[in-house]
Amino acid sequence: MAAAPFLSGCDMALLDPAGPIGAEEKSIIILATCLMLIVVVPVIAMIFLFAWRYRASNKAATFKPDWDHSSKIELAVWGIPCVIIAVLAYVTWVSSHTLEPSRELVADKKAVEVEVVSMDWKWLFIYPELNIASVNELAFPAGTPVHFKLTSATVMNSFFIPRLGSQIYTMPGMETKLSLLADAAGDFDGLSANYSGGGFSDMHFVAHAMTDDAFAQWVEKARAGEGKLTMAKYRDLAKPSEKDPVSYYAEVEPTLYHDILNKCSDGSTCMDAAVSLAMAKEVAGGDLQLCNPAKPRG
Amino acid sequence: MFGKLTLEAIPYHEPIIMGAVAMMVLGGAALFAGITFFRLWGPLWSKWLTSVDHKNIGIMYIILALVMLLRGFADAVMMRTQQAMASTGAAGPLPPEHFDQIFTAHGVIMIFFMAMPFMVGLMNIVVPLQIGARDVAFPYLNNLSFWLTAAGALLINISLAVGEFARTGWLAYPPLSELQYSPGVGVDYYLWALQISGVGTLLAGVNMITTILKMRAPGMTLMRMPIFTWTTLCSNMLIVAAFPILTATLAMLSLDRYLGMHFFTNDGGGNAMMYVNLIWAWGHPEVYILVLPAFGIFSEVISTFSSKKLFGYTSMVYATVCITVLSFIVWLHHFFTMGAGANVNAFFGISTMIISIPTGAKIFNWLFTMYRGRVQFTVPVLWTLGFMVTFVIGGMTGVLMAVPAADFVLHNSLFLIAHFHNVIIGGVLFGYLAGFTYWFPKAFGFKLNETLGKVSFWCWLVGFYLAFMPLYALGLMGMTRRMNHVDNVVWHNYLLVAALGAAVIACGIGAFVLQILVSVLNRKSLRDLTGDPWNGRTLEWATSSPPAFYNFAVDPVVTSRDAFWEQKQTTGAGLQPLPAYGKIHMPHNTGTGVILGGFIAVLGFALIWHIWWLSVAAFAAAVAVGIGHTFNENRDYYVPSETVAETEGKYFKQLTSQV
Repeated sequence: MAAAPFLSGCDMALLDPAGPIGAEEKSIIILATCLMLIVVVPVIAMIFLFAWRYRASNKAATFKPDWDHSSKIELAVWGIPCVIIAVLAYVTWVSSHTLEPSRELVADKKAVEVEVVSMDWKWLFIYPELNIASVNELAFPAGTPVHFKLTSATVMNSFFIPRLGSQIYTMPGMETKLSLLADAAGDFDGLSANYSGGGFSDMHFVAHAMTDDAFAQWVEKARAGEGKLTMAKYRDLAKPSEKDPVSYYAEVEPTLYHDILNKCSDGSTCMDAAVSLAMAKEVAGGDLQLCNPAKPRG
Repeated sequence: MFGKLTLEAIPYHEPIIMGAVAMMVLGGAALFAGITFFRLWGPLWSKWLTSVDHKNIGIMYIILALVMLLRGFADAVMMRTQQAMASTGAAGPLPPEHFDQIFTAHGVIMIFFMAMPFMVGLMNIVVPLQIGARDVAFPYLNNLSFWLTAAGALLINISLAVGEFARTGWLAYPPLSELQYSPGVGVDYYLWALQISGVGTLLAGVNMITTILKMRAPGMTLMRMPIFTWTTLCSNMLIVAAFPILTATLAMLSLDRYLGMHFFTNDGGGNAMMYVNLIWAWGHPEVYILVLPAFGIFSEVISTFSSKKLFGYTSMVYATVCITVLSFIVWLHHFFTMGAGANVNAFFGISTMIISIPTGAKIFNWLFTMYRGRVQFTVPVLWTLGFMVTFVIGGMTGVLMAVPAADFVLHNSLFLIAHFHNVIIGGVLFGYLAGFTYWFPKAFGFKLNETLGKVSFWCWLVGFYLAFMPLYALGLMGMTRRMNHVDNVVWHNYLLVAALGAAVIACGIGAFVLQILVSVLNRKSLRDLTGDPWNGRTLEWATSSPPAFYNFAVDPVVTSRDAFWEQKQTTGAGLQPLPAYGKIHMPHNTGTGVILGGFIAVLGFALIWHIWWLSVAAFAAAVAVGIGHTFNENRDYYVPSETVAETEGKYFKQLTSQV
């Protein structure tokens, strides 16, 4: 019993994945580790063996003070690691492409779209197709791909649900993409994996993978929530706060995510609009050259 | 009048900070009183603070590093305590605004003000001796480099008592480090401390490269240089190539903060991703800047204490150069999760794992140096063996995280924390401590107590595994870094073990400090009369311990690798007295470095607090002192041949009296 608090396998979130992305990442971790152990284990054994065998007090051991070169050994110590790294490089190349976070998962069921905004210090989840939103709680049907588009309202964070796999940064003025899937219904811890200031430690949420029926009920619960998330309400929500309770919005201002991404939720000129304007002026041969803001992707 | 500085800047209400400040003030006052009482100000000024002797400057660097090690370790203890106490839902003793400063300060101090000065200190003491030179190429610049580093360290320590330190993490990613999200002076302390010490490091790099390339003893071709000199050369080339990136990056962040520019801000077309790229384009080479000299130390130690030539010298050199070049094309592996795309991630992942090939070759070369040798288990060898075992584990987890798909779940977790402490403690710190023990008799003329050295080693080794293996497990459980508090009873148990590990490391540090004190008290019985206490192989052992201020009375002539070893083989002994000596050309000490360092520290402080008149005054004073120094033409002198003969005579008398 004394060891129980340490050895419970289910606590190893990354080794107990609940979806295909996490499962593949787990198998890559295990494969890469095993490949490297081919070298690492003999090396550690040799360190102990050589140090003991050739200890100064062991006069029986061979002593060759001027021996300092062997082409065979050199060939082996450069060659064997090269082979292992070549195999690992192949694994790396392939897995970097298959597990690229922006690559959309495909399944029988139509994917759920979620727009994620990291804020000081809470998570806003917008469901554009369902026209609802939630704070600090994520829900989606199990067995269905979830396509996330992510940005940040303030500083960098990282969106991470360890048991489902890949994390991705959320960055202001930029959009990243991530696709995840949960095999079965369950509640998974989600968090920010990139330090973002004072309230960072409480920036976690629960991700509920649900049966289709339960998800439909959850959507109804959200629609009974705090009315419409208007721009004014958003600006209120955007004020720094910690340990915010879970809340739901029955409706969302349609341009909200776009405006957050393009830094115009405060009513200023949207970045994409500024870029279009600048380009239009260039095409029209205008003298005025606006500086080119970060190019929005999306 | 005083810019943003008011009396409120002193955190009276924080008992932990005020306790630390009180200790610092009391310690400083005791030191001041002691120096005054024993009338040591004169000697301290003329023999140490103004010294241009590379050995003295090296010792000052290492003293700075050890003091900052204690400060950085105190931060580590507080972090481990906080996480152990605040992992079952309690708040713990440290609120986020304090905890966040601590983890930032811990990283900054350990890298910039512990590891860097320790490394530069060891290079300073050893390299000129290893290449048979009398000093570094630019002795005054060397002194100035030290004082700039010290000025940076001073600013960091002042931040504890006056104002605050950054709460951004040790690399101060924007937009968090921009004025909008970090309006206080913390980030400004960070910027100016690093800018000032960074210039010092860059100058030290230029100095060391010139020294190695231009001042080697006759006959010492590049492929006859000791491996520590080789790794120093490569490390300093990295410094010269990488530190300007750091300077430029921090300068751009400063422009954002001071002049309202938009390099990395959210608005006005700024792009924080650029900062992250730039800072790691410096940051990854920095890792190799630190570890390459440690590799060099292990090579010297393992060869000397196996009484055997280093196995595969040539491949060791090529491995070092490979690592030097490759270290510049791997930086993106620090942020695979930024969404750069599969091709980019795969390229940087593969280039990263390629570095493990030359690094692995080095491990094998040390192994085969022991093979058919006579390995003596002295303290430096224990550090080396501890390093080899620990470092292959750290290397393995590093390559694992170089696979982007694995990094997507391991990034920013405690697994990452465990990995880089695994290589930085197990590689860099173990190396420097091995070098410290190995060259201590050369610098001071007496050896360190062996028993306490072994106690320190075992505490560090056991403490390291206790402190960081649980962190690997916690990373696999999904615990992310920089958490002020969590509520998870399983994690809590692992964090308790990690805290226990920190306590064991504390014993290791205690034994280390005790080792120095005991050795100083017993210095007579630990005296190294020959100058060659370990039956060494390279030229630093061909001098007395400590060496005469001019190092070598006569330029050594080198005919092979392991120059001193060969000399002992052919003549059967070390140095021989000569019938007559020539005069020796040496530089004068100068107070310019310490005065300039002082003005620059004032400049930094004034800029941090927006005290513009003082900034202008301090800058003008610094420029004036710098220009004034160029008019000083009395920079060098000749040591008369009689003085040389007398000094050498004393050494040979000491040698014969011992036999």
